[in-house]
Amino acid sequence: MDLFTEKRILTVSQLTQLIRGVLEENFEHVWLEGEVSNMAAPASGHLYFTLKDAGAQIRCVVFRASARAMRFKIRNGMGLVLRGRVSVFDQRGEYQFIAEYLEPKGIGALQLAFNQLKEKLAREGLFDELRKKPLPGLPRRIGVVTSATGAAVHDILTVLKRRHAPVEVLIIPVKVQGEGAAREIAAAIRDFNLYREVDVLIVGRGGGSMEDLWAFNEEVVARAISASRIPVVSAVGHEVDFTITDFVADLRAPTPSAAAEMVVRSREELEGELRHLTTRLSSAMGRKLSGARERGEGLIRALKDPSLLVGHLAQRVDDQAARMKGALNGSLRRRRERLDALAHRLQIMNPAVEAERCRERLLILSAGMENAMQRLLDGLREKAAVSGARLHAFSPLATLDRGYCIARRHPAGEIVRDAGLLEQGDRLGLTFRHGSARCVVESADES
Amino acid sequence: MAVEKFETVLKKLEDAVHKLEGGELTLEESLKVFEEGVKAANFCVKKLDEAEKKVELLLKQKDGAFIKREFSLEEDR
Repeated sequence: MDLFTEKRILTVSQLTQLIRGVLEENFEHVWLEGEVSNMAAPASGHLYFTLKDAGAQIRCVVFRASARAMRFKIRNGMGLVLRGRVSVFDQRGEYQFIAEYLEPKGIGALQLAFNQLKEKLAREGLFDELRKKPLPGLPRRIGVVTSATGAAVHDILTVLKRRHAPVEVLIIPVKVQGEGAAREIAAAIRDFNLYREVDVLIVGRGGGSMEDLWAFNEEVVARAISASRIPVVSAVGHEVDFTITDFVADLRAPTPSAAAEMVVRSREELEGELRHLTTRLSSAMGRKLSGARERGEGLIRALKDPSLLVGHLAQRVDDQAARMKGALNGSLRRRRERLDALAHRLQIMNPAVEAERCRERLLILSAGMENAMQRLLDGLREKAAVSGARLHAFSPLATLDRGYCIARRHPAGEIVRDAGLLEQGDRLGLTFRHGSARCVVESADES
Repeated sequence: MAVEKFETVLKKLEDAVHKLEGGELTLEESLKVFEEGVKAANFCVKKLDEAEKKVELLLKQKDGAFIKREFSLEEDR
């Protein structure tokens, strides 16, 4: 091309085309770094910005196809490393850099995308503690979203088997890495929510590179977890791997095995707790019953006391009381023994079946005991009434009937029980069964 | 849901134990609480036995219905 040796007039288009040819030929594969400004993302899907350093600037374009492959978002002020070519935008007579691959400067593209999404979701409140749902204590069905052939499903099932967890497992098999994995994972979470009949979800996979785990850093998965009505436990990779899924999930497990451990309490643990509670229940009931027995004895004592005042009647009452006490004690003891035996069997055998039997017996016994106690108390009350009637036999009037009389000092009226206290001349009033008489002491002998 | 029921019932058993141990009930009330506690314990044990230990795949059909398929790990075969 000999543009300068002879006078040849070019059109603007021709020149522009020549320039474009030169540029495209010489700057076909360029790595470029600089700082972003004037970032624009119109509806077309192409991205436009200016890349600059201290001394110069260049217009940059990212066409839609390349823009879509990007995981992070370009912001003004961001340092970028770009790979692309230089070309000319004919209509405006501008040269520009067409970027085909971009990565943030200093930090990996994936790391940046992770940070950006994390920040965005945190701002929306998706990681708030208040949103976290509690896990069920005894899940009957666990839903697992993972690869059917991966390490995660193997680890989870191994743990469940080892703990003899009484639990059913449903797996929705999904791709856990590569194109479409995130969409499959999100769909599986939604499907479990449609299916409804699982109590908790484990979402995860075994360890891998950040690239391998990437599906669990995608917004569509985070949104699906956040929308899940079923509590979600994330179980992605190893202990050190943190994904967006971990932050959104209701609980983060360091590994799939740990997720299984967190979700199920072992059967032994639950049975132990039940055993402990039933033991406490029956011993508390036992204490109640012995308390009732003591109160019964108290009642008997209260009834017994007045009878002591009444000579031989006291003996009869004592006898009654002893019999009643015996009956009451016996029935309570028998009940205690039965309860103890049942409580013992509750402890060593299947607790609830025994407890159910114990309950039925207790109900019957408690009805019986109430009746028995009522009958005994009624009987005792009746006896007490009869005793009162018998008491009349000992009244002074009855005694006078038998020929005795009562001597009182006159006029003081005090009853004289000891002749030694009398002197000659003392005056006495005598009360007979019928009538009375006054007399004067002639002499008194002490004996 | 069955899960919540187990939790609630286990809580009931705990409540019954606490009430009985509190000792402020009459004998009659105690028997009632005891009965409730025993019922709760019975329920919990039944629930423990009920749960199946199956592992299945849950697959969604084109019409949106779900079907279950038996699942076993390769090494189990």
